[in-house]
Amino acid sequence: MSLNYVEFTPGFDRWMPKEYRDMVHHGPFGKKTSVSQVGTFKEILEEHPMCAGCAMTLFIRLAMIAFPNPEDTITVGTAGCGRLAISQAAIPFVYGNYGDQNGVASGLTRGLKLRFGDKPKDVVVMAGDGGMADIGFAQTLHSWFRKEKFTTIMLDNEVYGNTGGQESGMTNKGQVLKMAPVGKKFEKMDMLGMAKVAGCAYVATVVPNNPRRVESVIKKAVLIAREVGPTYIQAYTSCNIEYAIPTDKVMEDAKDVENDRYKFSEYLSDDARQCLGELYGYKEYLPKPEKTLAKS
Amino acid sequence: MEVTQDTEERIVEPGPAGFHPPSAAELGVLPPKSGFGLRFGHEVQEELAMEEMARSMLTRKNATIFPGPLVLWNWNDHAADKAKAVLELAAQLPEVMIIPMPDYRPKYPKIEPEEMINPNHPNLTIWGNKIEACIFIGVHCHYANLTLKMIRAGTNCWTSAICAEQGHEDAMFTVRDSDAVKIRRIAQVFKRVREEMGIQVPENGENVRFTGLQSQVHGGKSHTNPLDIPLGGPGGANAEAFGHRPEDMKREG
Repeated sequence: MSLNYVEFTPGFDRWMPKEYRDMVHHGPFGKKTSVSQVGTFKEILEEHPMCAGCAMTLFIRLAMIAFPNPEDTITVGTAGCGRLAISQAAIPFVYGNYGDQNGVASGLTRGLKLRFGDKPKDVVVMAGDGGMADIGFAQTLHSWFRKEKFTTIMLDNEVYGNTGGQESGMTNKGQVLKMAPVGKKFEKMDMLGMAKVAGCAYVATVVPNNPRRVESVIKKAVLIAREVGPTYIQAYTSCNIEYAIPTDKVMEDAKDVENDRYKFSEYLSDDARQCLGELYGYKEYLPKPEKTLAKS
Repeated sequence: MEVTQDTEERIVEPGPAGFHPPSAAELGVLPPKSGFGLRFGHEVQEELAMEEMARSMLTRKNATIFPGPLVLWNWNDHAADKAKAVLELAAQLPEVMIIPMPDYRPKYPKIEPEEMINPNHPNLTIWGNKIEACIFIGVHCHYANLTLKMIRAGTNCWTSAICAEQGHEDAMFTVRDSDAVKIRRIAQVFKRVREEMGIQVPENGENVRFTGLQSQVHGGKSHTNPLDIPLGGPGGANAEAFGHRPEDMKREG
């Protein structure tokens, strides 16, 4: 497949900023890059305006390294902290009005299918817990019920961090926040359960302090969405500002939360297992050979 | 050359027009019909619009071409051919600068105005380099419209838009339907106007001036020949692959 479209036209190299020259000559486009190679290639996301110590940014950075075909991937987001970083990445980003990101992604996915046929064009929604579980809840669920073929990633910081600390549906019961002074009255929403009920082919929870696991989960989700149907990843990405986590304790907090209420979980439908095993060479999902009968 | 007397009242005037000025459309300016261009908001024969572009780029300070993603990235053979035509156009403008607009993503915490222009705050690049005339080419129309309005609002830069679609009413000068053939025609008009004005291009062909930062990147070199297009090269676009032979890259005239 030709990747000329991620190169410069003849003669214009000399005027292109270094950042772009590095991206063309040392970027991940058309290559298989991995989190274990960080530092040896130019990443899709480097500069960003997020807060110091932001776990969400680390997760987004790792997710973008993990995209199987970054040169053919479009991200969709909405209002919230995450889009400040996602929109600065070197791949196309579509900004949905608050809450309609899964609707936008549905149309985009279908349009790309019509335009490019079987050539892989991956659409990945990355939005916060408020944008996805509260304001965009209906569009999120309906895109799953419709079996739209794209990946949905929730950047779950359990708060409206961008607007000063209001509770979201994903905030834990009893949690007191700056703009929720009496504590949240109801339980954290079970989006994982709803994703399974709505028919997502792949559902996983992850925290950003295990880069290889993040990479594995993102790759699987994007590949399954490409072939089978909707996929959902729920990532714990703490807001160290609203939860007053010291910058140097952010990863420690992620580890604690992982051990407590955000344990790694992964669900694959049968179709998803078959897809990964047969199309993408994941040996663990290939049917196991029948044991030879012991000689009587 | 016909000497144009600018006697009609300008509708789209060079800025700075101040915060949030009315758009050209609000002032009653429509995109030009096929075969026509716009000059200060008035529809004129496109040859006249091209001549005015040439005069502004040849006479005003720090004239700059702003190429956009449609000519900077190697989408297909036509994009490569169009990019080459843009470099042929640049070859007719002594001391012109080229500052790219590689994409439209927001750039925080800042952009470096000596190496790029961003559509969301183009005034920074215009101010930073004291640019008084510019040409936009290869920029998607929705972002060109945004950028042209902001430049007219906040700077004294004379803007030209060479558009592949219907032209841009917010530019001081615009022509429409600009494919590679038409860009080469514009280059010929620029050449004629330049010669009529008695302006020479350097004999070594190095007429495009680097900005300070671009110069540092190129080891202190101050100028470059836009038609010095390398054949092949690691990771870069391959001119030879698009049928550009060395003899095709020689300067005209």
